Amino acid sequence: MNEKRYDVVVVGSGAGGGTVAEALAPLVRQGKKVLVVEQGPRLRLEELSGRELEMAPALYEDDGGFLTADGTMTLAFGRAYGGSTVVYTGTSMQPPERVVRGWGVPGLDHSDLDRRARRFAGDNNVHLLDEGLLNENNRLFVEGCRKAGYRAEQFPINVKGCKGSSLCNLGCPNGAKQGTHQVQLPAAERAGVEVVTRAEALRLEERVVVLRVSARPEGGKGLPSEWAPGDYRVAAGVVVLAGGAVGSPALLLRSRLPGLSGRVGEGLTCHPAHILVGEHPREITNDVGHPKSFFLDRAAREGFVLETCMYFPFTTAKNLAGFGAPHSTLMRAFRRLQMILVLACDKAVPGNRVSVDRAGKPVVHYRFTRETVAALVRATRASARIFFAAGAIRVHAPSADPPLVEPGDSARLDERISERHFLPGKISVSAAHLMGGCGMGRGPEDSVTDSFGRVHGLPWLRVADSSLFPDSLEINPYLTIMALADRVAEGVVSDLSELGAGSG
Amino acid sequence: MTEMVESTFGPVRESFRALAATIVPEAVSLDADAWDEVERIVEDGLAARPAAIRRQLRLFVRLLDLLPVLRFGKTFRSLDPSRRTAFLLGVQDAPVLLVRRGFWGIRTLVYMGYYSRQEARDAIGYRADARGWEGRR
Repeated sequence: MNEKRYDVVVVGSGAGGGTVAEALAPLVRQGKKVLVVEQGPRLRLEELSGRELEMAPALYEDDGGFLTADGTMTLAFGRAYGGSTVVYTGTSMQPPERVVRGWGVPGLDHSDLDRRARRFAGDNNVHLLDEGLLNENNRLFVEGCRKAGYRAEQFPINVKGCKGSSLCNLGCPNGAKQGTHQVQLPAAERAGVEVVTRAEALRLEERVVVLRVSARPEGGKGLPSEWAPGDYRVAAGVVVLAGGAVGSPALLLRSRLPGLSGRVGEGLTCHPAHILVGEHPREITNDVGHPKSFFLDRAAREGFVLETCMYFPFTTAKNLAGFGAPHSTLMRAFRRLQMILVLACDKAVPGNRVSVDRAGKPVVHYRFTRETVAALVRATRASARIFFAAGAIRVHAPSADPPLVEPGDSARLDERISERHFLPGKISVSAAHLMGGCGMGRGPEDSVTDSFGRVHGLPWLRVADSSLFPDSLEINPYLTIMALADRVAEGVVSDLSELGAGSG
Repeated sequence: MTEMVESTFGPVRESFRALAATIVPEAVSLDADAWDEVERIVEDGLAARPAAIRRQLRLFVRLLDLLPVLRFGKTFRSLDPSRRTAFLLGVQDAPVLLVRRGFWGIRTLVYMGYYSRQEARDAIGYRADARGWEGRR
């Protein structure tokens, strides 16, 4: 096995890992060696074709088809240089004070997170899109909300030179989205931080990361790895895990490190989501323009958030309930479709967790609680009101049976759209905001890390990703992840002299 | 050396096509080349999945073809379109999660095979491309 030695190894290059990499870059000038390990490839801009079948395997874990253990929900998370920041829509929300306060993590102050998140918002060019660039899919949401008595808010987004390809979730083909692949990682590399792609962290040992570097598959997208294919044993003074809410707990679980909290993998939440569509009598601009420009926040009152969205033909077909002529009719109306993504604010409950199978692969156990289903149904009813108020002639609601709701049903939406039609395994539910699994807290009895991501009992090991969340964030998470990761990096810098360089 | 992956639905091709044409009715008008493309997309999508999953999917397609014999006295392939639809509606709402999941998996694969083709994207009017707004002016 190849041997290498670094002062700090960061596992993962998304919102958490990319942030830590940039924050630790000044250490390189002091003679320290910092390595970022990324499982996915480094993609060239010209490879981002916008085609679902080509991009999903290049960008997502399990080609975007990672299923929960009982097969009732699809989880989407990125696996590329930049992690999930390559495939999100760039929506950039400040950490919500109500939620952070509710977490009750000792030493975690909302104002500190907020300040750090604002800095990253500046670094990543977060702003409100000019009105002239908004498409009708978004405008109709605003209009529908207003007429239905709701107040839509505009998403701040982190784009620079957005052309409105609408292909954000397949990687921006214009390099407009300011994820860590565009901002933090290049800055870190210019300062001397090393990044190795196509490198899977197999397991951890005491101050050691064991990696497997893979060759570029024939015909696959992306550059070859910076290292020769093979297995590596990388010694480190500090290891920072930033592989996400599935990857980080799974790596810890298969490493079986002595002294680790029994809470690893517990407390997974994910904002389960439905894609809803409303059919309009005329064509609208939907597959051009930034797809996710507005949202309706009902998290505090009703446990859900609605967001504008626009998906691709296969993704749309998969997420519409049913089959046959009604489904085909809706697909043929593609140019007349308005779309809303409904997200439930689920809570961390016992049993919803990450484990690993005998081969060490992550397994996500997730059960829809009654409260989560009720929130999805309330969100679907609210969306139906918004679609009809915006002028839709039919609404497709997965938790209605039959799923097509007509304007004549407006007065009886509570009856048509109901929990009794929410049949797991029949309707498509997906989630992209995976959170928890290495939650912050007081000590090993209630959590995996402290508020600076220090793993209880293992001072050389840190966590810096959404797995730190002790419960749902109830809004798009990436700025909060960056703020937390910045704190983790601060802790690493202050502790590094005590911890020393890798000696494994 | 590239590992040869056994076709998932090759041995049950007629049953798979009957299911696909019920899930996406327009598929009945696909010519041989288009069917080949649908099936190639599905097979490619499954190639990296564990062999056990692919065997289960093939078995499930066989079951879906045979089960209607109990109710209609004919295999799924031999049913008329309305009976095919009625049968699959029952499968979709089955009380057993495993059955619902199995059908959800088959319909997802059919949608992947059908709607990932350029011809299908054109047919529904999907036009997104990298030029964004510039491409529409």
